[in-house]
Amino acid sequence: MFDYGFMRNAALAILIITPLFGLLGTMIVSKKMAFFSDALGHSALTGIAIGVLLHIADTDIAMAVFAVLFAMALNFISSRSGASTDTVISVFSSCSVAIGLAVLSKNGNFSNYSSLLVGDILSITKREIFSLFLLFLFTVFFYSLCFNWLNAAAIHRALAKSRRIPVRLMEYLFAVFTALVVTLSIRWVGILIINALLILPAAAGRNLSENMREYHFFSILFSLFSGFAGLITSYYTNVATGPVIVVFASALYFGTYFYKRNLE
Amino acid sequence: MKKIRKPCGLHCIKVKHLGVALNGHDILKDINLHIHCGSINAIIGRNGAGKSTLIRAILGDIPHSGEIAFKDRENGRVQKLKIGYVPQKINIEKDTPLSVYDLIASYCWCFPVFLKKSRKMEEKIKQSLDVFEAGHLIDRQVCTLSGGQLQRVMLAMAVMDEPNLLLLDEAVSGVDPNGVELFYRTMEFLKQNFDLAVILISHDLDYVLKYADKVILLDQTVLKEGSAKEVFQSVEFEKAFGADELPGYVKRRKLFV
Repeated sequence: MFDYGFMRNAALAILIITPLFGLLGTMIVSKKMAFFSDALGHSALTGIAIGVLLHIADTDIAMAVFAVLFAMALNFISSRSGASTDTVISVFSSCSVAIGLAVLSKNGNFSNYSSLLVGDILSITKREIFSLFLLFLFTVFFYSLCFNWLNAAAIHRALAKSRRIPVRLMEYLFAVFTALVVTLSIRWVGILIINALLILPAAAGRNLSENMREYHFFSILFSLFSGFAGLITSYYTNVATGPVIVVFASALYFGTYFYKRNLE
Repeated sequence: MKKIRKPCGLHCIKVKHLGVALNGHDILKDINLHIHCGSINAIIGRNGAGKSTLIRAILGDIPHSGEIAFKDRENGRVQKLKIGYVPQKINIEKDTPLSVYDLIASYCWCFPVFLKKSRKMEEKIKQSLDVFEAGHLIDRQVCTLSGGQLQRVMLAMAVMDEPNLLLLDEAVSGVDPNGVELFYRTMEFLKQNFDLAVILISHDLDYVLKYADKVILLDQTVLKEGSAKEVFQSVEFEKAFGADELPGYVKRRKLFV
């Protein structure tokens, strides 16, 4: 099956995307940001709509710029507003989905964009893999420098501040990285399932781990495993790859959950 | 913790005209304090008197007016104040994959905790935990610790890089009576063996009487400060706690008058 160029590309892309998601997912789960990353995925629709309106040829750029701004605005408002964060995020998320759908469905053209909803990893090209790889390197670099600070800020903000940790900067940087990773991989994974891929491996890893090393190890392992298992299964069953990956990740989550329950 | 040393008694922390306003509403105003190293300072006051706000203002967590200076008492040289802080509680959910090592290493070093355990860091963390008889907890999951154990871990972390000031925001809430006694004895131990000043918020007036060198009665501003006996017998204390909703306070107070 790897005789086909598109399968080799897809395998490479999965080799890059899934560890990245496993890595970011742990922090998203720890910081209880699942809803936030979901909203980010939805913001991709508006990003593309804005790109279409402004006639920007490369919709990826429009999407990335919009998602970064969207993430920073969400961060800003949820740190200021008295309303609970999930309400604020929900308002933003629905608003951006509505705008995106309205613009893209003009003249009944939405079917051109429907592949965005489930994603199509088989259509990825070498150049796009390369940009994913660069993002991967950046994220790993950011993580190795700042992970402890991120973690400290997630555990207790005031305590982190008392240690002179730049809490706010960390929160913004993390939001920006999440936004970039989500938007640059959304075309391949799909808006409807991207959040599942971020959350499930980390949540499954959490079921088995007692410390940060185990947590990240399992999260990345589960993410990689569901990625490849999904790709191979989808090849033989002729089903879209993204959803099959998520089915595997969900199975891992439930498996680990019941394993843990049994231990207790 | 590098070394244990005697307090020199030569440093002091001066808080001048500190005020905190939120939405145009004064929560604290014109707070003046003089805190010496090697002393335990207890802040007492009714609920909503601004005790936690004062701690957070000193910590720099919320904006405030006025100034906080840390000086050598002899030549008046101004130094950078290093603060150790123990919050009232940290919210760690059940099943969080975070060990005591991860917790402390995240706050104290840059080497990412998800990669590998560093032998050197582990050694240092173990040493400072040992001071508080918590060395055996280093690999335990933080969410499985009891209130008292977590408190000792947090204390070990707070004094790890030799702060000049230790701030404790109601650190004994959720700790059993034996734990409270142990906590105050630990404070006494810190006072005698480290070069630092302790500011703590407390509701246990018996322990305050026994251990605190200085008591600060707070309600928006400093109503009265001095030794525990002075404060407890003052008119201001009577007013603040007289006909209040906390009968325990009044009952205890009568023991000393």
